[in-house]
Amino acid sequence: MTRSLLSISELGVAGVGRILDLADHMAEVNRRPNPKVPALRGKTVCNLFFEDSTRTRLSFETAAKRLSADTMTFAVSQSSLNKGESLRDTIETIGAMGVDAFVIRHGSSGAPWQLGQWTTASVVNAGDGWHAHPTQALLDMYTVRVALNRREGFDGLRVAIVGDVKHSRVARSTSAAFRLLGADVTLVAPRTLLPPVHDEHSTSDLDDVLDDVDVVYLLRLQRERMSEALVPTLREYTNRFGLTPARAARLGKHVLVMHPGPMNRGVEIAVDPAELPGNVITQQVTNGISVRMAVLFDLLGSGSESSLAGGADG
Amino acid sequence: MNLLISNGRLVDQDGERRGDVRVVDGEIAEVGEALTADADDRVLDATGFVVTPGFVDLHVHLREPGREEAETIETGSRAAALGGFTAVVAMPNTDPTQDCVEVIDFVREQGRRAGLCDVLPSGSITVGRAGEQLAPFGELAAAGVRIFTDDGTGVQDPLLMRRAYEYASDLGIVMAQHCEVARLTDGAVMHEGACCSHLGLPGWPSIAEELMVHRDIELVRLTGGRAHLLHLSTAGSVDLVRRAKADGLDVTAEATPHHVSLSDERLESYDAVYKVNPPLRTAADIEAVRAGLADGTIDALATDHAPHVPESKELPLDHAPPGMLGLETALGVAIAHLDMDLVDIVGALSWKPAAIAGVADRHGRPLQAGEPANLCVFDPTEGWEVTPARLASKSRNTPYVGVGLTGRVQHTIYDGELVVLDGEAQR
Repeated sequence: MTRSLLSISELGVAGVGRILDLADHMAEVNRRPNPKVPALRGKTVCNLFFEDSTRTRLSFETAAKRLSADTMTFAVSQSSLNKGESLRDTIETIGAMGVDAFVIRHGSSGAPWQLGQWTTASVVNAGDGWHAHPTQALLDMYTVRVALNRREGFDGLRVAIVGDVKHSRVARSTSAAFRLLGADVTLVAPRTLLPPVHDEHSTSDLDDVLDDVDVVYLLRLQRERMSEALVPTLREYTNRFGLTPARAARLGKHVLVMHPGPMNRGVEIAVDPAELPGNVITQQVTNGISVRMAVLFDLLGSGSESSLAGGADG
Repeated sequence: MNLLISNGRLVDQDGERRGDVRVVDGEIAEVGEALTADADDRVLDATGFVVTPGFVDLHVHLREPGREEAETIETGSRAAALGGFTAVVAMPNTDPTQDCVEVIDFVREQGRRAGLCDVLPSGSITVGRAGEQLAPFGELAAAGVRIFTDDGTGVQDPLLMRRAYEYASDLGIVMAQHCEVARLTDGAVMHEGACCSHLGLPGWPSIAEELMVHRDIELVRLTGGRAHLLHLSTAGSVDLVRRAKADGLDVTAEATPHHVSLSDERLESYDAVYKVNPPLRTAADIEAVRAGLADGTIDALATDHAPHVPESKELPLDHAPPGMLGLETALGVAIAHLDMDLVDIVGALSWKPAAIAGVADRHGRPLQAGEPANLCVFDPTEGWEVTPARLASKSRNTPYVGVGLTGRVQHTIYDGELVVLDGEAQR
C-alpha cells in the first residue's frame, strides 16, 4: 500500500523519531558544498497548492530537487478555482501523467484525505485548512531537538503555544507532536481563539506562564480575526498576547522563541527577533528543507540510506 | 386487482393482532382470520411479516423543479415507495420555490403522474425563502398546502415569524421551522464539540438550534399559533419541546433516522456524505433524541431525504452541500437503532406524521374494512446492508454503507395498487 504523510497522529511516535533521525542525515547533505544526492532520481513529485504559500512550496521544491526528484508545481489560488471544479478530476488527470507523490496544500480541512482516495501516489499534507501541517510540526520538533540537543525526547519540556490556536493547523500539529514526544504544552489565547474543546492546559494569561517555559511558540494572527469579533483590537492583542520588549526581557536565556512564519511584526512579535538569545525562527526555515527531504525520502526512497552517500551531478 | 395479505402481524394504532387483509378497489374490504382467497385475488403470504398503514414522511427533498440531476419527483417517489411510504411532504426549496400556486400544482401533478405515493407539496413561509416577505398562505392553503417551511434555513427575523404564526392561526395550516440561528453557524461544517476541534472544522453549536426552538415555542405561547419543529438534533431541543408540551402548547416535532443512529465522529473520515444540516451530534444527543421519540416528545420520524449528485459530495467538506438520503433506509435504521415497541416505531412513521401533515383521512388509518388501502408490509427481522448502486434514488449519498440495518420493506400498497412487491418497485 502506498504510504502517505497526512497527520502527526497517523505518523506516531516511532514515525516521528524515524523522520527526525533521517533529517540528521539530510542536514549533513545540506552542509556539503554540493548539497544534492541522487536518492530520488527518477521519482516525480507534484506540488499541488490550492492556497498561496510561497514559503512551504519553495521548501518542498528545494527538498525534492536536492534529492534529485523531478518536480512539477500546480499552483492555483482557491478563489480562482470554480467551486464546481472537481478536486478528483484534477488529481486523476495529474496522476495519469505519472506522479509518485503529491504534496498538497489546501484551504479545506481534510482535502488530503479525500485526495488520497483518488490516487495511488503518496500524499504529503502540506497544510489543510485549520486542521494539520505535519511537516511544520516535524521541522519544529527537529529544531528543538537540535537547539537543545535532546535526541531522547522532550520529557519535562515546557512549551507555550501563544495566539490563534483555533484557526491554526500549525498549532494542532505542533502541539500534537510536542505532546507525542513528552513535552507539556500550554495553550495561551483568549477563549475566542481556542478550539471549542481541547485536551491541553490553557490560559489567557501569558505573563503567568512566561517564567516557567522552555519554548515560546508564537502563532500568526490573521488580521481578519478583528472583523469576526474574536479580538477587540490589534493593540489589545499585542498587549495581552504579544511578545513585547518587556516580556522578551523576562525570558530566560535558555528559552527558545519559535514562529511558523510569516511574522506580523508589531502584533504577535513586537521585538526584533534577532535580539532574542533563544530565537530559532531562521533555523526553523533552514531545518524545513532537511525535514521535508527526510519525509520525501521516507515515502519514496529505496529504504537504504546509502543512496544519500554519493553526490549528484547537476 | 384484489389482494389478500395473509397471516401477517397487523400493527396499527389499536395495537397488534394476527390476521388477513383483503384489498378491493383501493380500499380495505375485509380484515379477519383465515379469509379465503377469491379466484381473482392475488395472495401475498405475510407469514413472519408486519402489516401496517403506509408510512408518511414529513420531510423530503425531491429536487424537482430545479435540480433534476439529483432527484426527480418520480425517482424520489419510487424511493419512498420502496421505503414503505405512501405519502411524502415535499420541501419547498426547489427552483423556483414552492411559494405560489403554480409551482405547488406542478409538484402535486408530477407526483400524480409518478403514481407511487402521495406527493404533498409544502409551501415556503417567505417568498423565495428569502426571509423577508410572507408567502401567500391563504392562496396556498386553498390550493391544499398544509405545511409551510423555509427549510434549509430558519426564518431569522423574529417579528416576521411572529406575524407568520399569527396570520396562519386561523387557516388550518402549520408553520414548520428549521431551527438554526444563522449568525451562529456561519461557515459551519459539523457539530461544535471535541471532534470538530481536532478535525479543524468550523463548528455548528447546539445552541444555534436551541435558541430558535426556544424562540418559536415562546412565539407559539404568545400567539396561540401552531408549530412543527423540523429535524431536532440536540438534547437541549428535546428538553425544550418536552416542557412546551407539558405546558399544553400546540407544538409537534420530528427527528431523522440519522440523528438517532450516527454521531459526529463519522466526520473523522472527512467524507462529505456525513455532512448534513443540522449536523450529526454526539452520543449523548443521540440518546436524548431516542428518548424523545420513545416518550412521545418527538412525534415523528422524518427522513430529511436530501439527494445530491456524487460530484458535489466529492468537494471538500466546507464546499460540499449538506444532506443525505433517507427514504429507502428509514425503517431499517429505526428498528436497528430505536429501543421502542414496534407499534410505537410504526406510529412515528405513520399515523402521527399523517396527522401533522393533515392527511389523516387517507394515511395512517387503522387496518379496518372501509379504510383506504395505503399499506406497508415489512419483515421486521431481516438484516441487510444498503447497496448504493441499487437505490431507486437518482443520487447515491447514503451514509449507511457498511452499517447493519434491521427490517426491510417487502410490499407497499398505494391506493390499493401493489407499487412495491418483494422489495422491487412495480412501476
